[in-house]
Amino acid sequence: MASQARKMPLGLRVALSGFVVIWLIMAAFPFIWTLWGSFKVELDFFSIADWTNALTGYRTEQTYGSPYTGAGYHGAWVEEGFLRNVINTFIVCFFVVLTSLTIGTLGGYALSRSGYRYTFWLLITALIFRAMPPITLVAGYMLPFFQWNVWGILPTTIIVLVAINQPFTLWMLHSFFQNIPKELDESAKVDGCTQFQAFRHVIIPVMWPGVITTGLFSFLLAYNDFAVTAMLLSEDNRTMVPQVAAFLGTTYTEGNIMFAVAAVVSATVPLFILVMFFQRQIVSGLTAGAVKG
Amino acid sequence: MKHRTFFWFFMPTGLAMLLFIALPILSVVVQSMHTPHEAVLLTVETCTPFKCTEETTIDQDATAAIRAAEPLGRFVGLDIYLDRAHLAIGEVGSAWTNAAGWSEFFSALSNLPFYRAMSFTLVFIFTVTPMVILLGLLIALSVNSIYAQLRGVVIFFSLLPFVITPLIGALVLYWMIDSRGILGNLLQWMAGDPSLSLKASTGLMWVSLIIYGIWHAAPFAFVIFYAGLQTLPKDQMEAAQIDGASRLQRVRYVILPHLMPLVTFVTLIQLMDNFRVFEPIIGFNAEAHATSLSWAIFNDLGGETRQFSSAAATSVITIIGVAILLTPVLIRTWRDFRGKV
Repeated sequence: MASQARKMPLGLRVALSGFVVIWLIMAAFPFIWTLWGSFKVELDFFSIADWTNALTGYRTEQTYGSPYTGAGYHGAWVEEGFLRNVINTFIVCFFVVLTSLTIGTLGGYALSRSGYRYTFWLLITALIFRAMPPITLVAGYMLPFFQWNVWGILPTTIIVLVAINQPFTLWMLHSFFQNIPKELDESAKVDGCTQFQAFRHVIIPVMWPGVITTGLFSFLLAYNDFAVTAMLLSEDNRTMVPQVAAFLGTTYTEGNIMFAVAAVVSATVPLFILVMFFQRQIVSGLTAGAVKG
Repeated sequence: MKHRTFFWFFMPTGLAMLLFIALPILSVVVQSMHTPHEAVLLTVETCTPFKCTEETTIDQDATAAIRAAEPLGRFVGLDIYLDRAHLAIGEVGSAWTNAAGWSEFFSALSNLPFYRAMSFTLVFIFTVTPMVILLGLLIALSVNSIYAQLRGVVIFFSLLPFVITPLIGALVLYWMIDSRGILGNLLQWMAGDPSLSLKASTGLMWVSLIIYGIWHAAPFAFVIFYAGLQTLPKDQMEAAQIDGASRLQRVRYVILPHLMPLVTFVTLIQLMDNFRVFEPIIGFNAEAHATSLSWAIFNDLGGETRQFSSAAATSVITIIGVAILLTPVLIRTWRDFRGKV
C-alpha cells in the first residue's frame, strides 16, 4: 500500500488527508470542547453573549478570579456524592466481567469442542438473544424482582447484566476456541486427562488473548448500559450513567448543569484510558465477528 | 465431547440465559395480555332522617383478595396491543374512513404514539445506515492511503465516538448543538436567526439525532472496512493496474466487490442497532419531537405509575420487529453452517 501511496497524485493525497483531518476533528472535538468547558462556569460554557467566552473564561474569571474553576467537579463529586456512583459502576463492571468470563469461557469452550448438531442451535439461540434490546426484557424482570424484594440492589443488576452479556461472550469465545487446535486437548486426553483437566492444564494457559478481548467488550457493555441500570437500581445504588441522567432532571431546574458536565467528563476518562491501552484488542474484537462471518 | 461433559460445561451460561433472557421474554408475552384488576367498588346508601345519600368507596379487602388470587391481573387477550397507545386499530380505521386525503391521514397517524415512534425510527434507520456505510468506507479508503505511522493515531481518535457511553456521547453533542452551545451559536449566525433553537424545531431535532447516530456508528464501519482493506489481494490490484484501470475503476471493480460481504455485515448490524435507538432521545431531551419503541417502554416503566402491561406489549412488538430484521442474518448463518458440514 505504501508504494501505491507514493504514486498517488498530489491533489488526491491532499484531498484524502484533508478528509481524514475533518473526520478526526468531528470525532475528537466534542470531547476536547466538553473537557475544556467543564472548567468554566455555566454562563461561559453556554454563552448567549459571545461564544469566545467559552474559550477565554470571561465570566469564570469574574466569578472565581481565574479562567479555570473546579466548581463543577466539586459540585458533582463532593456535593452530589458522585464518588459513590463511580464506586458502584466499578463494582458492577468488575463482577460482570469476572462472572461472565468464567461461565462464558466454559460454555464457549464446550461449544467449540462438541461436534453435535445441538451446538449449532444453541449458538443460533444465543444470536437471537443477542439481538434482543435489553430494555424489552426489563418489563419482564421488574414484577418478579419487586415480589422477591431483590429490586434495586447491585447483585441483581450484576446477574442480569451477566446474562445479557452471555450471548455475545459465547460467540466471541466460541470462535476464538475454534482457532486453538483440537489436537492440543485431545492429546492431553489420550494421556489420561479428563475433559476438565485438559481444559484446566492445556487450554487455560493459551486462552488469555481471546479472553482479554472478550472481557473488554463485556466491560464496555456493563459500563455503557443505561436501560437496565436505570430501571433496576434504586436511587442509592445508581451507577454513573443513570446518575448522569438523574443530574439532568434536577440540574436543568437548579441551574447546576455544570455538575452534569463534570460528571460526563469524569465518566469519559476511564473509556479514554481503555482505548489508549487496548486499542489493538478492541479493533481485533470488532473485526473478529465480521471477517469470520 | 460427550453429552454429559458438555452439559456440565454449558450449564452455568445456559442457566443464566434461560433464567434471565428466555423466561423474561415469556413473562413479557404473558404480561402483555393481562391488565391490572380494577378496584372493586362498593356503593353504600346512608340515610339520615332527612335524605339518603349514595356513596361509592373502594372495597379494599375485596380488591386485595382478587389481586392476590390472580396476581397477573385480568386476561384481556390482544386488547392492549390494539389500544390507542399501541397499534390503535380503531383510531387508524376511523382516520382512514374520515380523512379527506393522504396528508390528513398521515397527520392523524402522527398523533398516535406507536406510529409517531415508528415514523421517526424508520427515518432514522434508513438515513443513518447508508450514511454510516458511506462515511465508514470513505474514512477507511482515506486512512489506508495516508502514512502508515499516522494510522494508529487516527484509529485511536476514531474509536472514541464508538466506545463512548451512548447517553454520554449524546449529551456531549447535545450541549454543543444547544442554542447556547458553540454549534447552536454557529447555526444561528449562519441562518441569521437568533431565535433558532433545537428544542423548538422537530426537523432540526431529527437532523441532530441522525447526525449523532452517524457520528456514533461510523467508527464501527470504518474499523471493519479498514480491516477488510488489509486483506485485499495485491495481485488483483496489480492486474487491474496493468489492464489500465483508473483509480476510481479499481475502487469500483476490485475494492468494493472485495468488501461487499463486510458491507452486508455492517448493514445488518446497523439495521438492528438503529431500530433500538433510545439513549440519544433521552440525551437530547427529544421526546417532544422524536420517540422510538424503546423510549416508549422506558417511559411506561419509569415514572410514578409503572405501566407494566403497556410496556410489555410494546416490548413484544419490538421483539417482533427485531425478529423480522434478524431473519436475513439467521438465513446467512444457516447457509454458512450447512456449507461447513
